[in-house]
Amino acid sequence: MTNSPVPTRSSVPTNREATRKKLLAVASGGGHWVQLLRLAPAFTNCEVVFVTVQEGCRADVEGHKFYSVHDATRHTKIRLIRTALELSWIVCKERPNFIISTGAAPGYFAIVMGNLLGAKTIWIDSIANVEELSLSGRLAGRYADLWLTQWPHLATEEGPHFHGAVL
Amino acid sequence: MIFLTVGSADPFDRMVRAVDEWAASRGRTDVFAQIGKGRYHPRYIQAVPFLSPAEFRERVRAARLLVAHAGMGSIITALEAGRPMIIMPKLAELGEHRNDHQVATAKRLGQRQGIIVAWDERDLAIKLDLDGELCTPATIAPEASPELIVAIRGFIAKSDEMEGAKS
Repeated sequence: MTNSPVPTRSSVPTNREATRKKLLAVASGGGHWVQLLRLAPAFTNCEVVFVTVQEGCRADVEGHKFYSVHDATRHTKIRLIRTALELSWIVCKERPNFIISTGAAPGYFAIVMGNLLGAKTIWIDSIANVEELSLSGRLAGRYADLWLTQWPHLATEEGPHFHGAVL
Repeated sequence: MIFLTVGSADPFDRMVRAVDEWAASRGRTDVFAQIGKGRYHPRYIQAVPFLSPAEFRERVRAARLLVAHAGMGSIITALEAGRPMIIMPKLAELGEHRNDHQVATAKRLGQRQGIIVAWDERDLAIKLDLDGELCTPATIAPEASPELIVAIRGFIAKSDEMEGAKS
């Protein structure tokens, strides 16, 4: 092993800057977005593209590429389709190596689409889901390569797993 | 200044009315509120429907006390700013939210220093009267727990390496 600051990265290519991986970070508004921003130190080796549902969030991630999409919930089926199409388009256009989401619906669509196109996908269920996983979190499990809950009592051997929380 | 917020999604008229009536009865003119699109129009406190994330953080920083629905965006922002808060959960049976996850959030996070739970409107008025006696929470770092950051970072590095080995 080398003295690399990131322990698992033992065979770092010398031209790493040139091959910086692209990460698409997706969250709905409010708490989902606040939680996503708290994960930012984990992405420092990546080129990050952010997606959320509120144009006003652009200022939070200055210097990064940013998309805002329409929000939707399970109760608004037509809007869900629109949001799914928006995310599909973004994933196809950006072709990220990684996709990460803290929920909810937009992140789920991004992860399904990314999974189809060979991206590595990470789902972190919102810390607000204390008693059970969110619906989108349960559905995302099949498509997420790293599937996490923020509450140890919700973790199971098959996933979701627990590796700490945003707090 | 007291800052009341009901979150970026659904309104929370029951809470807005309770704070409005409390402010009127106590002659408090220093309450500012973000109330969404509810039916109740406050008569006494100053209110706006929505705020951008940047304005929201600024309002939290400027406040001496945050009064909020039990949503993680509000809670995390108050903890990051080190402001005491009173949280009241939205209830599914009153149509305030899709399920009772805010009750679970309130139970868990109400144990933290600087967070007090008001279970209903009467309780809220009592706790608002305690205003001066609320203790301030320790300010938290602006990032997730080291364990979670390391888990995500490690996953990204490992996937990257495996891909490198393939090519």
